[in-house]
Amino acid sequence: MTSHVIFSSELQKRTGVRATDVRARDYRSLVREITDRYEGLSPADVEDMSVAINGEIIAEPMLEKISPGSEVHFLYRIEGG
Amino acid sequence: MSEAQDFKYIGQRTIRPDGHDKVTGRANYAADLALPGMIWGKILRSPHAHAVINSINTSKAEADPDVFAVMTHADIPNQTASGIQNILAKDKVFYHGHAVAAVAAISEAAAERALSLIEVDYSILKPVMNIDDAISSDSPILHDDLFTKGMVEEPTAPSNVASRNELSKGDIQAGFAEAEVIVEREFRTATVHQGYIEPHACTVRYDEDGHSMIWCSTQGHFAVRATTASMLNIEQTKLNVIASEIGGGFGGKLGVYLEPVALVLSKKSGRPVKMQMDRNEVFMASGPGSATRNRVKIGAKKDGTITAMEAKLFYEAGWAPGSSPLGPACMTVFTPYDVDHQYVEGFEVVVNKARCAAYRAPGAPQSEYACEMVINELADELGLDPIDLRLKNVAKEGTQTLYGPKLKAVGLVECLEAAKSSAQYKAALKKNQGRGVASGFWFNVGGESSVVINMNEDGTGTIVEGSPDIGGSRASMQMMAAEELQMPVESFSAIIGDTQNLPYSNPTGGSRTTFATGMAVVEAAADVVSQLKERAAATWNVTPDQVEWKDGTAINTNGEGVLSAAEICGSAAKTGGHISGRGNISARGASPSFAVHLADIEVDPDTGKTTVLRYTAIQDAGKAIHPGYVEGQYQGGSAQGIGWALNEEYVYSEDGKLENPGFLDYRIPLASDLPMIETVIVEVPNSFHPFGVRGIGETGIIPPLAACGTAVSNAIGVRMSELPMSPPKILKAIQDAS
Repeated sequence: MTSHVIFSSELQKRTGVRATDVRARDYRSLVREITDRYEGLSPADVEDMSVAINGEIIAEPMLEKISPGSEVHFLYRIEGG
Repeated sequence: MSEAQDFKYIGQRTIRPDGHDKVTGRANYAADLALPGMIWGKILRSPHAHAVINSINTSKAEADPDVFAVMTHADIPNQTASGIQNILAKDKVFYHGHAVAAVAAISEAAAERALSLIEVDYSILKPVMNIDDAISSDSPILHDDLFTKGMVEEPTAPSNVASRNELSKGDIQAGFAEAEVIVEREFRTATVHQGYIEPHACTVRYDEDGHSMIWCSTQGHFAVRATTASMLNIEQTKLNVIASEIGGGFGGKLGVYLEPVALVLSKKSGRPVKMQMDRNEVFMASGPGSATRNRVKIGAKKDGTITAMEAKLFYEAGWAPGSSPLGPACMTVFTPYDVDHQYVEGFEVVVNKARCAAYRAPGAPQSEYACEMVINELADELGLDPIDLRLKNVAKEGTQTLYGPKLKAVGLVECLEAAKSSAQYKAALKKNQGRGVASGFWFNVGGESSVVINMNEDGTGTIVEGSPDIGGSRASMQMMAAEELQMPVESFSAIIGDTQNLPYSNPTGGSRTTFATGMAVVEAAADVVSQLKERAAATWNVTPDQVEWKDGTAINTNGEGVLSAAEICGSAAKTGGHISGRGNISARGASPSFAVHLADIEVDPDTGKTTVLRYTAIQDAGKAIHPGYVEGQYQGGSAQGIGWALNEEYVYSEDGKLENPGFLDYRIPLASDLPMIETVIVEVPNSFHPFGVRGIGETGIIPPLAACGTAVSNAIGVRMSELPMSPPKILKAIQDAS
């Protein structure tokens, strides 16, 4: 089963699509999968971004597990005051 | 957790552990430390807003017998370090007050005098002081190498527009095609300062063996260590940063201004060096929050169903690209609303002002101000109650946000319902009085937090956290440890650890500390409980799972025996040594906090003077660990937002000089300007936190801008749009309308 990745407007310019389904066990393999799939998208484009997996925002993702059926969003990194 | 829990200690209004020292003056702030042999450092600042530095001659200052050291940009070892040009300018000055050189002398007065001996030759350039000028085709360009990021087509010429952001969902054109009523307005907000009472200050000592110490006022001492070590090519292990008591930060003390300079001066002079900004310097060179120009367009059906929301946002960054909060501004602007079609385009613009710094919910107050003002006007156009309009379109669990993920359980509906049933909302208004309502949203963040709980021989515990306490976090940490260990709150004290005696923690900011550091406390306390049970088990010769921890005592479930924490800790030397628990986490699951505010304001039609008659702040805390501190955050955010709405602004001369760098002319609200701000704590638990906590520190500054803006507009019968709505602007609006 796959997880559903939804790209921000900025990333859509690089992927050409709004969303895609990816088979990946963890965040690292998900990034590898989508950067292989979309020529215009490089790891550098997402390395400074946060990710939300099923609504849970992770500021500095790397090892996070991606369970089947997950919804994944890339976000601008959020800082506060 | 997802359901409300019963707590023994959490939710109580315990005595504030920081209160006594603060009110008696015993608390040690950044400027309070004096070291033997200490000298004073001062910064020479640019008198021009925009100029090329042709040369800097420090020879006369160096010859002064009272001067121990002089430095310029060239004395910073790592010339490629991030932020170096804001610490000391290199080839160009970009704002009035930009640091140019520094001296250390025998006294503060001698250092001040020596600054006048430094000769700087400038070629003055025309400054760019606002968004309109910066984006005009004939504007001077601040940075020849700045090409706008995020454009559809790669730009071929440099620009004052540093970046473009875009967010969208649905089909914005289709959304407006469905609309029967459309309201579109443009709003402006001024450059503002965080207004913390304690100026930036530090005392540093560079030791001959290479180990150095920085004592300073900061929201993040690990960040001070990283920045300073990078600029000065020092290994982090040789730099100990100690966070003093802090007299306010609000985002403005996340940055570094003085510490690397002071350490270079200390190294050059061989003396400890103290540096302290005066109030003028604080206003000129630290902060500020972005000025903005924001346009919002919202369409709705006649029954109040919003069909489309669109925004075009311009945010000043100050002189340094990347310094504005444009990203969060775009992400937050429409989040209180569950609307299918939304589109936001944002631009960051550089101008000849100080580099912008984070300011409480950075970016959100300005963009949400524009949205909330239009929502209130839309309610008028539709003949609907403004709270009913919000409830009809309210964001709730499952709402797909413009920035991406769906919301988990949030408390905006509960806040709106509380506002509608509040005494203030039902109270009648008189002539020249108006009421405003506004919502606010902030994400809140998690991040890295580290905590150690050291158990003492008498069974009490010392909590060492890495998060400087700005808003009462030490009390919250004590209460969460007490809850987890089932021991009285008074059994614990909490202190802020130095960078050399505690693992890393992110700064206090983003409303993260009670949430994230609190989770680290819970983890550390659970670690302590585990060890206490192991020691009790060893004492009774049973296994740890045969020991129950209840009401602060270990109970032998395999026989007779009860041991208190004091008994177990008192004999720790015989059972394996000191007991301490650790919690080192990278916290996830920060959950948003929504707020709704009500403002009643009276306007004197002859002078334009405003009086805030009544103000209610309602906000979702998830779970209020210490309700008194939570209410204090709601009131503090409200007070800052009211100031932003009604009075506060940087005033510049035509040649870019800041004309009001002081609290007399930059007027933050005084206690006598405000009514007692009423508060309502809504509690919809955050399922990702063991006690249900959400961050609450920042959201409270967002709604006041539109609540006050709408109240003033309603009081005078004229729609105002530009902040601050100060008396001269209000009076002009009244006169123009008549």
